This record gives sequence, C-alpha cells and structure tokens, in this order.
Amino acid sequence: MPARIRPLSPHLLIYRWQIGNSLSILHRLTGIALALGLVALSFWLISLAGGAGSYRTAARVFASPIGIMLLIGWTFAFFYHLLNGMRHLFWDMGLGYERTQRHLSGWFAVLAALGLTLWVWLALWHFGRI
Amino acid sequence: MSLRSPLGRVLGAGSAGHGTGQWWAQRVSAVALIPLTLWFFCSLLALPAQDFRAVHTWLALPRNGFLAALLIAVLTYHSYLGTIEVVEDYVHGTAMKLSFLLLLRFTYVLIGGASLYAILRVAFGIQTS
Repeated sequence: MPARIRPLSPHLLIYRWQIGNSLSILHRLTGIALALGLVALSFWLISLAGGAGSYRTAARVFASPIGIMLLIGWTFAFFYHLLNGMRHLFWDMGLGYERTQRHLSGWFAVLAALGLTLWVWLALWHFGRI
Repeated sequence: MSLRSPLGRVLGAGSAGHGTGQWWAQRVSAVALIPLTLWFFCSLLALPAQDFRAVHTWLALPRNGFLAALLIAVLTYHSYLGTIEVVEDYVHGTAMKLSFLLLLRFTYVLIGGASLYAILRVAFGIQTS
C-alpha cells in the first residue's frame, strides 16, 4: 500500500503577501541589522578610548562610502524598529487592533522611518558634515 | 475546570517550560530604550564626529558617560533577547541551537563588557596617547 499523502496545515507560503506580514519580517530584519550596528557602536567606543590615533582610523572607516551607506541603513533600521516597536507596545496594551488602525500605523511607521532617514542625511549633507 | 495543577498555575509556565519572563524583559527594555536611543541619536547628530577631542570631552562629562553606560547595558540586553528569539525560531536541532545560543551569549557579554570598559576609561580620563 502506498504511503498516504496526509493533509498539511496551511503553509506559510500560501498566504497572500501583505502589509502586516511584510512589516513583521522587516521588524526582525532591522533588529538583526541593529544588532550588527551594536558591534559598530562598540568599535567606535573602543577606538575613542584608545586615543586620537585609533579614533582617527575609526572615523575614516565610518566616513568611507561603505561606512556612510551602512550608517544610512542603520538610521533607517533604527527609526523603523523604534516606530514599529511602539506599534507592538500599543498592541500589547490591547490598542490599535482594528484593520484600518493596523494598516494606517503600519504605513505610518515605514513612511515616517523613510522620511526621517532622508531628512537626517539631507540635513547632514546640507550642513557639510558628509 | 482547569486541567492545570495549582502549582503549574502559580509558576505561570506554559508549554515551553518557562514563564513569560523573557517576553516581559523584552518589552520593559524596549520602553527604556526609547529615551536612551533618542538621546544618543540626537547627541551624535550634534557632535562634530570627526573631532577626537570634542567627542572625548563630550563622553567624559558625567551625565553623558552615565547615560552611555545605561544605553550600552540596556541595548545589549534587548539585542540579546531579540537575537536569541530568532535563533530559537529558525535554528533547528538541539546541538546547533545550543551552540548558536552559547556563541551569542558569549559575544554579547564580550561586546557589552568591552563597550562599558571603554566608556569607563574615557570617564576616568585614562589616555593612552
């Protein structure tokens, strides 16, 4: 007798891609990115404690094109994780569960994070800091 | 009628075998990080980041050193809780999972400890060069 093909519970992949699950995945991804940012922050603090020479080296690494790109990425990750994390905190209090509220706060988190990142880096560029 | 024993109910442990402590710690550290990270972000923007002396003087101020130490402690803890959650979800097999969790724990203690030590060195004015 051939092995029966047993029914499976609905798999993750059959669900339509939508704002809710996308933002949830993005929250984890930005969290992991920020964990790597913590390593960079540690490197910055250690180089500062090491004196003027090591700090100059670290500052040069951060000011390099790859360094700037990483910093822009971490800026977005920080703002998004902060704003979406606040959504989670409100949900934990039992607030904001309605469909329209979820969608509105979700779009707000992602667009505000993009806007703030753009604003910060345009300001840094405008004042000649990069 | 509940099928759980009175002791099980008191301990609050679910099927995972441990309680909701980790969940709570993640939330509480998240709340603490809202003001701490915003303070640090704004300070970084205001600082002339390329100037060693300016940054060193800034961190050597008692208020800044204290807040930076708090930030590192809470940030390391929150980040640790978040990344072990990812490992617990996606890494399968006891040996693999345990190795990853141990590696993460050692790495976080190393990074957090080194950062705190660096802040203390600056705070107490120890200069190598």
